[in-house]
Amino acid sequence: MIGLGVLYVIAGVFFVVIAVLSARDETNPMRWKNTTFWGLFAVSFLFGSYLPDVVNGLVVIAMVLTAGIGGLGRGAPATSGPEERRASAARLGNKLFLPALAVPTTALLGTFLFKRPELAGVVDPKQATLVSLILGVFVALAIAMPMLGARPKVSMQEGRRLLDTVGWAAILPQMLAALGAVFAAAGVGTAIRKIASMWLPAGSQLAAVAAYTFGMALFTMIMGNAFAAFPVVTAGIGLPLIVQHFGGNPAIMGAVGMLSGFCGTLMTPMAANFNIVPAALLELSDRNGVIKAQVPTALLLLLANTVLMYVLVFRF
Amino acid sequence: MLSLIGIAVVVLGFMARLNPLLVVTAAALVTGLAGGMGPVEVVATFGKAFQENRYVSVVWVVLPVIGLLEGAGLQERAKTLIGAVRAATTGRLLLLYLVLRQITAALGLTSLGGHAQMVRPLIAPMAEAAAETHHGPLPEAVRQTVRAHAAAADNIGLFFGEDIFIAIASILLIKGFLAQNGILVEPLQLSVWAIPTAICALLIHGAQMVLLDRHLARMIAGGTR
Repeated sequence: MIGLGVLYVIAGVFFVVIAVLSARDETNPMRWKNTTFWGLFAVSFLFGSYLPDVVNGLVVIAMVLTAGIGGLGRGAPATSGPEERRASAARLGNKLFLPALAVPTTALLGTFLFKRPELAGVVDPKQATLVSLILGVFVALAIAMPMLGARPKVSMQEGRRLLDTVGWAAILPQMLAALGAVFAAAGVGTAIRKIASMWLPAGSQLAAVAAYTFGMALFTMIMGNAFAAFPVVTAGIGLPLIVQHFGGNPAIMGAVGMLSGFCGTLMTPMAANFNIVPAALLELSDRNGVIKAQVPTALLLLLANTVLMYVLVFRF
Repeated sequence: MLSLIGIAVVVLGFMARLNPLLVVTAAALVTGLAGGMGPVEVVATFGKAFQENRYVSVVWVVLPVIGLLEGAGLQERAKTLIGAVRAATTGRLLLLYLVLRQITAALGLTSLGGHAQMVRPLIAPMAEAAAETHHGPLPEAVRQTVRAHAAAADNIGLFFGEDIFIAIASILLIKGFLAQNGILVEPLQLSVWAIPTAICALLIHGAQMVLLDRHLARMIAGGTR
């Protein structure tokens, strides 16, 4: 059955190639740091499932020290110049969109297809989307490479060019997910729940609703995702006050509460894959550029959520 | 309560603009130690958690395709296509993308988008081209603002569309949490109540996109003075 195991081998091989190409790029003065960083990431992908937990931990710490002190370098893989690109775009026209759209299209079709009972056992249904996405990469390469007459090495060098623009931020989302797990193991959720229940605003319904929606946004900003904040803040404020004390509708509380958390996601660097990674991918000079574009909408929408919940939750 | 020191480390570290990887690792180690784990146990817990979350980073395998197509002029083609449409402005284009992203996410098609697959190769260059059609070559600050808004439209469309779909992770999380507390709700009840917020998100961010064109024009006029 194709599941995470196969995907990890593919990703591991990808990062081995990146490490080797980085080592051979003499234009990058820090090429050995890049090689170490991506090489260790490849080790984690290829052998992480078999290594003892402590060794996995040491691998992470080695990666963090490599990239965290002095950063990584940026290579100069061979790529086309602006003139060449314009000429190629004019020559190929809209055919260029075909492989680009093959990735999401395959991801979409695969997600539906692999969940069908006839195909059970071929692909792990829990990982259908991720498997389909990676399958889409191979479909797109199979279309693009003959069309462009490009060798596999060219696409790997172009991939390395983009990966170098993202740099160490590439592992930040995974690091934050791991931090969340450590927080859970150390009882951070329980501690926050105690604090949340200490400042329970008694009395007005509006105060209870506002404490819940703003609490969801705030804790989401601190913890980096609304999924981690939801059980904590809902157990601390939402359930005891809005539902049990004032008799509010739990479905409305839950739905609008989660969406209030999403407003927090738009405003925090802790939600790295939505805010920090795109800033790196789009080569923004300000790491928080995406967040700044989102703050006005996030704050207005948080206000709207508070009003919506206050108006709806006690009425239905 | 001592375990909350880790949160303080994160907040202070991000505020001091230290390298986030160092901040997160320090926070994990401090939290584990404060929570009563031994040094070896903390490193092992962090290592295990990192290893179990590798699926988060598998998506980078998409980069060779995007890079290859970029090298062959994909962004230039996307720009030509939009540059030919006089009616296209950055704000209108991103509004259209916001609407499409929200609708497809509401149908559960969340993989039809994303920053590496969609925004960098297609949406951001199109948004830049639309601005260039009306203003000529863009000053760097304007270019950066346009790109940031392309990423923002993707995020906002996704976040406030996906909860209308009944089988999305967040809906199942809410249902599971309420069930643990003895309250049974159907996923459909939850996704119906995500619709008012989705409409507000569209109105609020849609208005921002309509205003964005004027904001960009002001930025450009201010820069040339």
